[in-house]
Amino acid sequence: MSSLIEHLRVLRTTLLRLLLTPNATLLNVLIIGIALSLPVGGYVILKSVQSLTGQLTSTPQISVFIKVGTGTGEVTRIGDKLKQNANIERVDFVPRDVAFKKLQQSTELAEVMGDLSQNPLPDAYIVYPKATDATAMESLRDELKSWSQFDHVQLDSAWVHRLEAVLGFGRLAVAILAGLLSFALIAITFNTIRLQILTRRDEIEVAKLIGATDSFIRRPFLYFGLTQGLLGGIAAWLIVSGSVLLLNHYFGDLTSVYASEFSLLPLSLADSVTLLGFSAYLGWLGAWFSVSQHLWQIEPR
Amino acid sequence: MIQFNQVYKRYPGGHEALKDLSFEITEGEMVYLTGHSGAGKSTLLKLIAAIERPTSGSVLVKGQNIRSIKREAIPALRRNIGLIFQDHKLLFDRSAFDNVMLPLQIGGFDHRESAKRARAALDKVGLLAREKANPISLSGGEQQRLCIARAIVNRPAILLADEPTGNLDSDYANEIMHIFKSFHQVGVTLVIATHAENVLTQFPARELHLKQGALL
Repeated sequence: MSSLIEHLRVLRTTLLRLLLTPNATLLNVLIIGIALSLPVGGYVILKSVQSLTGQLTSTPQISVFIKVGTGTGEVTRIGDKLKQNANIERVDFVPRDVAFKKLQQSTELAEVMGDLSQNPLPDAYIVYPKATDATAMESLRDELKSWSQFDHVQLDSAWVHRLEAVLGFGRLAVAILAGLLSFALIAITFNTIRLQILTRRDEIEVAKLIGATDSFIRRPFLYFGLTQGLLGGIAAWLIVSGSVLLLNHYFGDLTSVYASEFSLLPLSLADSVTLLGFSAYLGWLGAWFSVSQHLWQIEPR
Repeated sequence: MIQFNQVYKRYPGGHEALKDLSFEITEGEMVYLTGHSGAGKSTLLKLIAAIERPTSGSVLVKGQNIRSIKREAIPALRRNIGLIFQDHKLLFDRSAFDNVMLPLQIGGFDHRESAKRARAALDKVGLLAREKANPISLSGGEQQRLCIARAIVNRPAILLADEPTGNLDSDYANEIMHIFKSFHQVGVTLVIATHAENVLTQFPARELHLKQGALL
């Protein structure tokens, strides 16, 4: 119980110390906040783009269109042949009547379609390949192209692959940025705490003389690093959330023109908690390094 | 309580501060360390508080050998020793009361109990009325008494004082010696380094006289 009170006492002193030098505190918190907001912002963009591709078909597929005028029996036989192919996972049949009806119902093309006296669409199979990497898909497409019964073979999701590759690149870039700026955050805290230790040399010396343990002396500095990191995390959260709101407002105008639904996703609760926890931890770590590095140099004489 | 056996202390650079010291101070004893400045009085006190370690020989304090004491064991040892410094070593960023609270916070005492004890200690040295004052606004004698209050607040078994009356006039010096005497009466072991003749004659006790680092 008394140790809890002790911890609260140290926390109170820490907060007072932060308030005692408001300019330095504000500056440090802002620097940490800006540094953290860069990778967090990158993460938000990645996540938003990813959810966009998720709305579209993300399972790669190949559409094969059978030559118009092929008999029903022949069409079924082609289906069986496709199913037996070792590279193919699953095959869906789209009869030309169904495709025609769907087209009539669904799009602005309905008017144009309605004028057509007969169905111009071919029967089609949608082929889901076993291996979904780009090379396997392309070789399967080429194999199917060589079949004489097919009018047209279309690999639908090449662009998804390309986007995935870009996203992977983006993820790596964000990870590198996050790693570098985390290091910067640790360095900022390291230096702040180093200065504090120097200015509070007398207090540390006296505390050691009257029997303070290392952990007692270390505690206020660790709390300081933790609190500063947490405040920096809150600053980053505000920067990112504010930017998302602002950009979405702008996107709203832009995307209504293009009839698209793109918007940046706000930080989820889990993401926010992770951000704050991580920044607090990094602050604590920077303080810990600094204290370990500098405290032993101060010995009473 | 405190035992020195053939203790030598040589500082880096070759200066020999203490030479072949052997003596014992029993529990509850009051002892003066005398000798000119530079005779090794401060060094001897620093050895007892494990601020310095002997170059050779053994220093036993409450059964612990200072020469081989582990770093982690030093805080516990120092909590049993009240240190009174010539330069007071007070903290000027907090009140007199908070200065006296520091040893209790370090000791992890309950806050309310600590506050009570701190006020009792301030009362003992006659500074209760100045508890809110910043130590920088106190006179030399008051600062010395505040330093004493901080040293005694967690009731240590040993009190070490380095020239406690050093730069005080005789009234203040007497006042402080009376305070020390009252600790001696309740069983605290006291080691006081001084070269004030009037103190030695008015409050007689065993003297350890040092000359150039050796015991006479």
